[in-house]
Amino acid sequence: MSTEALARALGIELTEIPQWNCCGASAAHNTNHLLAQALPARNLALAEAENLDVAVPCAACYSRMKAVREAVRKSDLVRAKVSSVIEMDYHARNDVFSIVEIFAGTSTLQQIEAKVLKPLSGLKVACYYGCLLVRPPELAMDDQEDPQSLDRIIGSLGGTPLTWSGKVSCCGAGHSTTLLPVGFKMIGDILEAAEECGADCIACACPLCLLNLDMRQGDLSKRRKKSFKIPVFYFTELVGFALGISPKVLGFKKHFVDPLPLFKAKNYL
Amino acid sequence: MGRAVQKDDCNFISLSSIHRESRNFVSRIIRDSGVNPSDCYQCGKCSAGCPVAFAMDYMPRQIIRMLQLGMIKEVLSSRTIWLCAGCAACYARCPHNVDLPRLMETLRMEARESGLVAEKKVRIFEDLFLRSVERYGRVFETGLIIGFNIKSGEFLKDVMLGPAMLTRGKISLLPHKIKDGGSVRRIFARARELEGEQR
Ligand code: SF4
Ligand code: SF4
Repeated sequence: MSTEALARALGIELTEIPQWNCCGASAAHNTNHLLAQALPARNLALAEAENLDVAVPCAACYSRMKAVREAVRKSDLVRAKVSSVIEMDYHARNDVFSIVEIFAGTSTLQQIEAKVLKPLSGLKVACYYGCLLVRPPELAMDDQEDPQSLDRIIGSLGGTPLTWSGKVSCCGAGHSTTLLPVGFKMIGDILEAAEECGADCIACACPLCLLNLDMRQGDLSKRRKKSFKIPVFYFTELVGFALGISPKVLGFKKHFVDPLPLFKAKNYL
Repeated sequence: MGRAVQKDDCNFISLSSIHRESRNFVSRIIRDSGVNPSDCYQCGKCSAGCPVAFAMDYMPRQIIRMLQLGMIKEVLSSRTIWLCAGCAACYARCPHNVDLPRLMETLRMEARESGLVAEKKVRIFEDLFLRSVERYGRVFETGLIIGFNIKSGEFLKDVMLGPAMLTRGKISLLPHKIKDGGSVRRIFARARELEGEQR
């Protein structure tokens, strides 16, 4: 939602892939390798047919799409096999970007900077990249240990990106549903790292990371006997807010940890 | 004193016999994953940085060592292969480029096939997830979580979050089905057929 509102404001044209399907995530690649390639390839082929590049808002989808694109580019055999399974020609001619890459491009950054109406001055932001945007190295969109693209975006909004230890830690993805104690420890450690470095909030670039870090804070407060209340944003929400889009349009109400008290305390509202 | 060590004096593992039995298995793993366990020289860097190491029964490094030694059953019935979150921290740092997440993936497929799954809940979740994608083209979260709680026996897990997610518009009570003319369903069928043939 915030991405759409924002793209409109920045004059970026986004089209939704008609009848897109789920990429199958780790469930597919733990079960059937060809399926794990074919599911994301169908989406890419649909976009390719319209001469479109793909901008991906989720770290896992990004990784899956880029992996199949690379595999198809490298091998005619894989291309033929994937194309036959999806009943469509797929040549891997179109590009795959994460949404972060789109916003962190130099010209977009300048455009954002020029349009900031409500600078996030004094806002200390822990930028969280997680795993699949920066690893494995051959699919990465940024440095694998100290990525900077999100930090640059936050900087352009007048905010202060922090140096912290949780940047590229793993949130455990589905573990918080299937292997609770394991998933919760991973999430809790990231939240604590953010708090320790004095972060006001966390900015991330994947809906699953977002859900894990935001939704589990209530439960974690009980488990760790301390109160977690750190707002977590999909980074485009912060860009949108700084550009003057209202919290309502941006969907702040959907957060489990309400970010409005923080914004009021900082006099942004 | 002075007696030569006898065969029965110690519990020993005969490496050469294990190796013979498991050669086929390991070559299948190498073929399917593209990872050769003998590339690993046991430096341990992977395990030092693994975010799930605290919960594993064997360190990632040990899984590879066990493969080198041909300890198939131990590997396939380990919890480690299911705990691996696929974060690739190990792979990014490995001095020998051993693609551990890819290896773990292949081992999970093998464990499924040989019925040695140590973390049944992960398997149940993955099966339901895929069934949802097969049926609707996307994931129907409400059905997925309800199905998972029933099958895993944790009926009330996350019930309190359900209503909160509904009002926040994050999940819906009815599945969204994509109008793809059955093409996703056919992708599943053909992928099963072709991957099956390969084995
Ligand atoms: S980091 Fe690589 S070489 Fe070192 S133990 Fe792990 S897999 Fe083996
Ligand atoms: S990919 Fe798996 S084994 Fe490697 S560091 Fe991540 S969780 Fe550990």
